[in-house]
Formats: sequence, structure tokens, C-alpha cells
Amino acid sequence: MKLADRHRVAFGALARAPLRTAMLLLATAIGVAAVLVLTALGEAARVYIADEFQSLGTDLLVVMPGRTETSGAGAGMMSGATPRDITLDDARALLRSSAIATIAPLVVGESSVSVGSLERDVTIMGTTASYATIRHWTMASGEFLPDVDMDRESPVCVVGSTIGSELFRGEPPVGRWLRVGDRRCRVAGVLARQGISVMVDVDTVVMIPVAMAQSLFNSAGLFRVLIQARSRDVMPAAKRFVLATFRQRHHGEEDVTVITQDAVLQTFDGILGALTLALAGIAAISLLVAGVLIMNVMLVAVSQRTQEIGLLKALGARRSQVLALFLTEALYLALLGALAGVLAGFAGIWLLGNLYPAFTFRPPVWAVLGAVLLSMGCGMLFGILPARRAARLDPVAALARR
Amino acid sequence: MIVKVWPTVSPQSRSSPTPDAVAILRLEQLTRIFAVGDQFVRALDGVDLSIGTGEYISLMGPSGSGKSTLLNILGLLDRPTSGEYWLAGERTSTMNDDRLADTRQREIGFVFQFFHLIHRMTAVENVELPLMLAGVPMAERRARAHEVLRRMGLEARVDHRSNQLSGGERQRVAIARAVVMQPKILLADEPTGNLDSVSGGEVVKIVEALHDEGLTLVVVTHDQAIGSRAHRRLLMRDGKVVQDVSG
Ligand SMILES: Nc1ncnc2c1ncn2[C@@H]1O[C@H](COP(=O)(O)OP(=O)(O)OP(=O)(O)O)[C@@H](O)[C@H]1O
Ligand SMILES: [Mg+2]
Repeated sequence: MKLADRHRVAFGALARAPLRTAMLLLATAIGVAAVLVLTALGEAARVYIADEFQSLGTDLLVVMPGRTETSGAGAGMMSGATPRDITLDDARALLRSSAIATIAPLVVGESSVSVGSLERDVTIMGTTASYATIRHWTMASGEFLPDVDMDRESPVCVVGSTIGSELFRGEPPVGRWLRVGDRRCRVAGVLARQGISVMVDVDTVVMIPVAMAQSLFNSAGLFRVLIQARSRDVMPAAKRFVLATFRQRHHGEEDVTVITQDAVLQTFDGILGALTLALAGIAAISLLVAGVLIMNVMLVAVSQRTQEIGLLKALGARRSQVLALFLTEALYLALLGALAGVLAGFAGIWLLGNLYPAFTFRPPVWAVLGAVLLSMGCGMLFGILPARRAARLDPVAALARR
Repeated sequence: MIVKVWPTVSPQSRSSPTPDAVAILRLEQLTRIFAVGDQFVRALDGVDLSIGTGEYISLMGPSGSGKSTLLNILGLLDRPTSGEYWLAGERTSTMNDDRLADTRQREIGFVFQFFHLIHRMTAVENVELPLMLAGVPMAERRARAHEVLRRMGLEARVDHRSNQLSGGERQRVAIARAVVMQPKILLADEPTGNLDSVSGGEVVKIVEALHDEGLTLVVVTHDQAIGSRAHRRLLMRDGKVVQDVSG
């Protein structure tokens, strides 16, 4: 039997049972589309986070209190013992290294902020002028915090664009005064709008000098110290220097954690990569379900077409020919279903992209290829049982079936 | 009479065949036993039979006497439980599955009581099926199928599906399908059993015309009138051939 004929017969059989064919195509398509959409989601999350961290700069080190064995995001907060505070003096000591270009101490807390009778609870970030340099932040208007000694509590602040226009009812905030807790400060500038960056909504923060934040929250300890190395190459030297400095200042104890962009990125990458895989796995299960469905429907098809199989054998069809015919049918179902699924998947991804333009939705190539191959594999695997059953039918009994 | 030394088959003569022309089928002490639960049914109980090339044979007998069982074994759709069956001088018991299928394809045409057309295919596609299985290219097999259907008087029906055909037309399509590979033997199991007498008569005429061209013909029937037209009439009872009348 010619290959083209085998395909023609298989296709004819599928075309003549449109409902059955449509159901199977749908099942397979849903599975494949699910793989594409879910992996695209996972990838979007991964790329988004990676971009976020990339925007911080790759020459950045972050010091946080507490010792941890593993490097990575948030790891410092997981250690048990209460670590010694990182003080402003500690931070200042870091500037002695030639590997370090600049540092920015950071204190974070919540406080009420008010202008007249208008009051809001906002995130307060206490830092210095170099923070804007390190984060590459730009201003919508006015200036960032003044470049003065970090001990000084100059009564100035910088507001995020949203909180600025809320508090001042749309009037220009620069030069106006606002209340942070029990303190007053003059607005030096408004941050350019940039949305959520590294989990903080920049548009709704109020930034004040680090010393003011320390007394506002009544704590000498810093939340983080951001360090910009002079170049990527001196990052290891900078890190060694930071650790040595803290060991010396903290009586020989290495009770801080220094994380680099790479480490954070790798951790997130790892977590999100695993997430994408898990999503792909979940979607793959739906493909298996589709495979089982194909098997069941093919088994029904075999029993419905028992007479036809008996006839083919009476006409001289070999077992292998009958087997090939039914396998071709199953393969067709899988292939067409996969194609439909790829189309549907990309349509869904396009839709997601329009709904959430901030994210880049793109299914990884391995997921697309994998989904198509897996569905073909399922088609074959689950097609074999019915096809073998067909091939082994006893022609006399098959023909006698009414 | 059993011939021990089997002559090789020479090209069949297309002139009027004689009963003792070169034997094409030969059965020796053939039995077929079916197991039904813990019971055994002797559907064939020691059949000795020799059929010459170009013979026209009717096979009659009461229901359950083993006619279909015998025909299925002759057509290589079933294997005997014991005994030997030679087809065109070749022992069939040593053939493997593929060989049986190939032999079936080349040598044997089947016609069934219930036609067994594939409904989703047109008449000509049904007739093309054996050619397709044999790997004959599209253009050639379409031409051959058309030619055979034309000879069955069905040129106006080639593109009809089986549900658009009458019973008689369906059986003629089935006959066309059975002979399109130009087999040597045509086995028909109650080909008129599902037809009115007029259509049945047409079907008989067609298979007899095919026999006139040299086809060896074995027809199972319950119809005395049809059975008596054969040149050799076999009567079966309880799995045995109890009567074998020629002339
Ligand atoms: N697959 C089978 N399993 C069990 N018994 C069978 C099988 N096929 C046939 N038989 C039995 O073998 C015997 C002969 O059956 P067969 O079909 O050959 O009879 P038949 O002469 O063709 O009858 P009919 O005229 O009704 O078609 C019957 O008793 C039947 O019940
Ligand atoms: Mg019968």
C-alpha cells in the first residue's frame, strides 16, 4: 500500500467522523495550547524579574544584616540569631576601598505622611544622594536628596509621583512642606514615574535623609547598604573588603550577608525556571489526558469498524497494513491537534500580551517543540493499543460482527 | 479420490472447463473444531475435497452444517484444526500470516451475503481497495476499477456511496471488488441471501459470466434453484460432504 494512499484512507476515516475527530483535536489542542500559554507565563515572570534586577546595575552589591550560608534573595532574613546592627559608621567605613565607587545606606519603614488635613500611610525610604545614582533614578521635577553628610537630618524629602500629586492635589509639590510622622520636611523633588521596581512601588514612596529615617523609626540599624563597585571586575575585591571590614568592626564576627546581582538573579532565575518547568509539567499532564482520550476513542473506532477491518483482511491486507492505517489515523489526530493547539496557544499568548503589555509573553522554543513532539508521542503511544487490536482481529469473527 | 502425487498447475485453459481439469484446491481430512466454553463443536469433520481449475461448484446443506466454515478455510480467512489444504499446489499450513494475506489478495475473491462495502467510500473507491492495498498507482487502479464496474453495468453508479445503491447494485459493486485483482477463485457465501429474486438473478448471471471466463467458482446457497445451476453440487451435513454430484 502506497504511503499517500494510507494517508488518504486515514484522512477519509477522520473526515467521515467529524464529531469524533473534532473532540479529539480539541482535547489535544487544549493540551498543547496549555503548555504554550503556561510556559509563556512562567517565562514572562522570569524575564520580568531578570530585567528588574538588571536595571539595578550589574556592579551592585547589597549588604544586609545577618549571616547566611547560602547567598540569595532574602536569605539574610532567615537566619535565627539576631545579628548586630549595621550602623552608618559601618557604611561610611566601606568608602575607604578603592574598589568601591559609592554607597547608599537604606532604612525602610512605614509612616503616615500628611499635608494639611490630607494624610496617607506610605513606605518611607531613608537614604542618601547616592541612592539615585546607584539606582539610575531620574527626577520628574526638582532634585533628589542633597549630597550632604549622611549623619545630617536635613529637613528635605523626595516624593514618588503618585503620592506627590495625591498629597498636593495636583499642584507642583517642589518647595512645599509635608509632615512625615512628627517631622516636617520640604519637598526637594518628585521622582520620575516608573511603577513597581524590585517589589517597591516607587510612585508611592517618600524618601528622606537616612539619619532622619533612623530617628523617625528610632533605630540605629540599617536595612541594607547598597554598594556600587568601580567596575564589574573588582566586584570580588569589593565583596572581600566589605566582609573584612565588618569582621573587624564587629569583633571578628562575620554577621552580614553580601549579595551580588548575579547571585540574586541566579536564585530568581532558578526559582522561576523551576516554576516554568512545573507549569509545563502540569500542562503536559493535560496532553497525556488527551492521549488517553485518543486511545479510548480509537478503541471505540476499532470496535465500530470491526467489519471494515475484517473486510480489509479478506481483501488481502497484511496485519502491518491494518496497524499502519490505524496508527496513521492516531498520528493525524495528534499532529492536527498539536497544530491547532500551537495556533490557539499563540493566540492566547497574543491576548495576554495585549492585556498585560508590561510583560513579554513568549513560550520557550523547547516548550513549543516539546508540546508538539509530546502530543505526537502520545498519539503514537496511545494509538498503538487500538491499532494492534485492529491488526490482530480474526477476520472471520470481524466480518460476522453485525 | 485422493491423488497422492500433485501435478504442478499449468496455465489454465480459457475454454470450457472440465471437472477434472487441473485441481486448484485440495483438502485432505480437514477438520475445524471450535471451542465454545468447555464444549467442542466439530464444524468440519474430515472433509476430503478436490476442486479443479475453472469448476463451478455449489455448496448446500442445512444451517450449521459447516458451509461457511469450509468457505472461510478455502479463502484462507481461517485455518483448519487438522488436515491439509493445498492451494495451487502449495501447502497452506506452512504459510505465515503475511503470506496468507498476500495469497488471499492475489488468488481469491470473496463475496458476502451482507456485501461489506465501506459506507464512507464511493462505489469506485470500494472497488479500488484491493488494488490500493496491493500498491497499484492511483491512475491505473481507477481505470481498472471503472472498467470492472462498467462490466457490472454500474458505470452510472461509480461515484455513489453504498447507501445510495440498491441491494443488487451493492452486491455487484462487491463482486467488482472481488474480481478486480483478477483472482483465480471466487468464493461467494450466500451472495443472493439478502436480495430479491430479480437482483439475485442478475448476480447469478454475473458470476456465471465470470466463470465462463475461467474463474473457479464456489457458491454457498440455500436456494435450490441457484444451487442446481452449478456443474458440481456438494451437499454438507454435520461437517461432512455427504453428496458430490457432477453434471
Ligand atoms: N467462531 C465460531 N465459534 C464457535 N462455533 C462456531 C463458530 N463458527 C461456526 N461455528 C459453529 O460451527 C458450525 C458450522 O457453522 P457454519 O457457519 O459453517 O454453518 P453454515 O453451514 O454456514 O450455516 P448457515 O447456513 O446458517 O450459514 C455451527 O454449529 C456453528 O455454530
Ligand atoms: Mg453460513
